[in-house]
Amino acid sequence: MTFIYPVDSNKAHPLPLSPDYKSSIKRAPHKPLIPMRHTLSELTGPVYGHETVREGDNDLTLQHKGEPLGERIIVHGHVFDEDGRGVPNSLVEIWQANACGRYVHVRDQHPAPLDPNFTGAGRTQSDAAGYYRFVTIKPGAYPWGNHHNAWRPAHIHLSVFGHSFVTRLVTQMYFPGDPLFAFDPIFNSVPDEKARMRMVSSFDLDNTQPEWALCYRFDIVLRGKNATPMENT
Amino acid sequence: MQDSVKPNGITPSQTVGPFFKYGLTPNGEYEWNDAFTNSTLTPDVTGERLRIEGKVFDGDGVAIPDCMLEIWQADAQGRFADPQDKRALPNASFRGFARCGTDKDGNYSFDTIKPGVVPDPDGKPQAPHLLVAVFARGMLRHLYTRIYFSDDAGLASDPVLALVPADRRATLIARREAAKPVYRLDLRVQGDEETVFFDV
Ligand SMILES: [Fe+2]
Repeated sequence: MTFIYPVDSNKAHPLPLSPDYKSSIKRAPHKPLIPMRHTLSELTGPVYGHETVREGDNDLTLQHKGEPLGERIIVHGHVFDEDGRGVPNSLVEIWQANACGRYVHVRDQHPAPLDPNFTGAGRTQSDAAGYYRFVTIKPGAYPWGNHHNAWRPAHIHLSVFGHSFVTRLVTQMYFPGDPLFAFDPIFNSVPDEKARMRMVSSFDLDNTQPEWALCYRFDIVLRGKNATPMENT
Repeated sequence: MQDSVKPNGITPSQTVGPFFKYGLTPNGEYEWNDAFTNSTLTPDVTGERLRIEGKVFDGDGVAIPDCMLEIWQADAQGRFADPQDKRALPNASFRGFARCGTDKDGNYSFDTIKPGVVPDPDGKPQAPHLLVAVFARGMLRHLYTRIYFSDDAGLASDPVLALVPADRRATLIARREAAKPVYRLDLRVQGDEETVFFDV
């Protein structure tokens, strides 16, 4: 019935302690994580139906009276598992800064304007093939206090569920060719360069809508189940 | 679509950052609706209703105000609301999942029911427990822990607690307050009384 998720896949993730990212220093465990076999608790996960996602929740440009300022973009792709199978009905939540690099969050102190027509939150559910699609505006880069003259490359935050509680993923999608990549300790907390580049979307000219919006493709790859089914319990 | 090639690996995790609240846990403070609350309770749910609460601390013992916890648990009969659990009861509206952002003092709370017994891979019973995923600014990937119940008779024979050094088990066990169905457990992400986290 259920399957085993290889723990090795987790090697693509950042190490908890990445000292260049200063906030990680006091928020990373010092003791080693305790290995254990996955039980039914780990192998199952929440299932959410269409009632969680309302019509239009995947279009961040239509949530207010007017249209937000900035470059309108389509962000789409598939939620896959590691074996290339589309993950159907997966809840994908996003949040992001506005075109000026300002979040609506009360604690964002960046002196850039808020946009009354942009909140920056959206959600959708992948379809039967794992496909998802958002319409939004391209977020701006923003400064932060990690080190002198620190700027985050433009990014969209994503939260994805998948088939089980151990496939849970929170990540950030970046835009191709950003000159800030080399200087960002969060982006560079992923040690393997190939893995790092899997967080970068690709420009998708074919799905750009002429006279209306540019398009970026971002496939999200969650941990996969290997082929050894567990016994039915 | 054309891209059905096998991917080269998973998408790496990145921190939830400091600004997730308006997207993931707006709770009436932002112009966005909550997909989830800190309660798993539904009108028809059966089982012992209880509250779990506590604080989350960093390595300096400072409360973490920008942390998000998610719980996943079985129902009172030990079944998961997931079709992958072939034993699942098809008619219950109980979902078994909840999400809570910590407040400015690092407090979290969940309203839920005590889960039933879930078997381990050998069919041995596990004591009732919740799985917990911990997200925060400064955490590049979320951490996984568990919450057990101090007054449960099955703790001594739980196969997962048995993997944990005896002097650290208390970090996984919420203590019942006298006479109230309220359990308390603080999480410490680093330090002497560091919470046990699992490599799953
Ligand atoms: Fe951000």
